[in-house]
This record gives sequence, C-alpha cells and structure tokens, in this order.
Amino acid sequence: MQFEAHVDVGHRDGILDPQGATVERSLPALGYTNVSHVRVGKSLRLRVEAVDAESARRQVAEMCERLLANPVIEQYTIDISEVTVDSTTRS
Amino acid sequence: MSATVGVVVFPGSNCEHDVVWAIERLGGSTRLLWHADRDLQGVDAVVLPGGFAHGDYLRTGALARFSPMMESVTTFARDGGPVVGICNGFQILTESGLLPGALQKNSGLKFICSTMELMVASTNSVLTARAAPGAILRIPVNHFEGNYVCDAETLAMLRGEDRVMLRYVDNPNGSVDSIAGICNEGRNVVGLMPHPERACEMALGSEDGAVLLGSLLQAAALPRTPPLAPTAGR
Repeated sequence: MQFEAHVDVGHRDGILDPQGATVERSLPALGYTNVSHVRVGKSLRLRVEAVDAESARRQVAEMCERLLANPVIEQYTIDISEVTVDSTTRS
Repeated sequence: MSATVGVVVFPGSNCEHDVVWAIERLGGSTRLLWHADRDLQGVDAVVLPGGFAHGDYLRTGALARFSPMMESVTTFARDGGPVVGICNGFQILTESGLLPGALQKNSGLKFICSTMELMVASTNSVLTARAAPGAILRIPVNHFEGNYVCDAETLAMLRGEDRVMLRYVDNPNGSVDSIAGICNEGRNVVGLMPHPERACEMALGSEDGAVLLGSLLQAAALPRTPPLAPTAGR
C-alpha cells in the first residue's frame, strides 16, 4: 500500500527562531497587533510504500531522526494518509 | 615540516583552493579529496572547507554528512586524526555528530561578510595550540547560518571541559556564549565559523589566521596518538 506522509519540521520550543521573530515584528506594520508565537518551519511531503499506516509512520519517523530534521534544534510532526486512486489522479 | 593536509571537496564547496593556498604558503602539502571517494590517501590531517556542500539543501551540512568520504573522515577523527571544519565544514561536523550543537540562521537574519575580532578562549586543541591564550585574532566571517546553538547541558559541558576555542569579541550572529569555534572531547576535531585561510597574508588585511593553520600543521606532523575517549554524539 502507498501512503502519503506530510512532515512538518519546526524549531524546538525554547530555540530562537530568527525567521519567526522577524515575521512577528513585521505584522504590526500591517495592522496586525494581535499576533504572537510566530514560527517558520518546513513542510515535506513524501510517498511511502508500506504494509500499513503504522509501518509507514515508523519509517518516516526514522527518516526524520536521521535526516529530515535535526533533533538538536528541530521537532517534527507526521501526518499519514493512505493514497487512494482518487488522490493519485489528483496529483 | 611537511605534513600533508587533505581538503575535502563536496559539490558546492568554494573555499578548498583558499585552504590549499594557505596551507602551502605555511609550508604544508595538500591533497584535494573528492567527497564521493573513500581513500584519504594517507593524509596527516583533514580540512572540511567552506562553501555550500550539496547546495545546503534541506539544512546546511545535512546531506554532506552522508558523502562516502565522511565515513573515512569520521574513522580518522575517532582514531585521533586532526580534523578542522571551517564555516560550512563546521556545519557538516555538527550534522555528522562529530561536534555537539547546531548552527542556525544568524539572529539578525543578515548574511555577514566582515572581518571579526576573535578571542582565543583555549589553546588546547589542534587548531589553537600555537596561539596565545586571550589573544585577539582578526579573521573574516562569511555566513548566513553561523548562529551556534546547543542546550544548557551541552554548553555547561563545553565550558567545563575547556572546549570553547574561539569567541567573538562582538557577537555578530546570536551564537550562544559568543561561540565562534569549539572542539571535541579528544581535542583533535575543531569547528569554527571564521575563515583562517583568508587571513594568512597582509595583502588580505590580516595574517592572524596563520597561527591557527600553523597549529594544525604542527598537529598533523606529530605521530598519531590514540583517542582518549570516544567523541561526543549529538
């Protein structure tokens, strides 16, 4: 089975995010004075062939630990969904 | 002294010839080592030069650590061989786990290309042995991702074990504790953001990098001693 994984990589809590801080400082100039906690991260999408969703998730988590994220400064979340015929034709 | 320094060339490296020039000017020999090969060709020390290895894709240094030559460099480092990572090379060393911490975007989000004053914080490493403790060195930096980060525990370890080699006099990039360069537990692996190879001739504005690369050549000429302890992981 094929699974679509959406990996969201961002700074770990407590690590300064220079891009997020800069965006946060820019928003008040547009009138948005009510925004805080801006974080800028990365979004990765990949397709994984695996026996089930749990196996796909486990493999993607391993990829995150080894390459896709740097655990020293980054944390990540993984969303897994099964690739259906419908979603295949869409992409 | 005719130690041979291997300079690893990744796709996107752009300071390898500057390093070669500086090392040879200081009396050493050099070999360029292609990242996809594995043979260190018997060199006495390794430099990972600056640049944008593998285009800095994903993260700086993240892909370079998987180059076949890095396996050989890691073994060489664990056996006590002198290894220095300059700028992008420092980023590769942290990604490889040969040095702790990470380098992220400068706190001001500005690319910094400027000569900096650095204070020699420790002379106990292959790169700083010949420098005077507390000396101020004028050496250029040229980076966007030179903001050294590590957790409080790692910082305490680096300070407690005298592993901070160089500090910025005026912190330009937000690095924790103004750190510009650190070493591993064995003191044979050093990473630094400034470019000593660009400060080895007065025509370039400073010769202060020569004492660092001269230290490396001195360490490279010594018979290799086995490592005291395994090097730190991430």
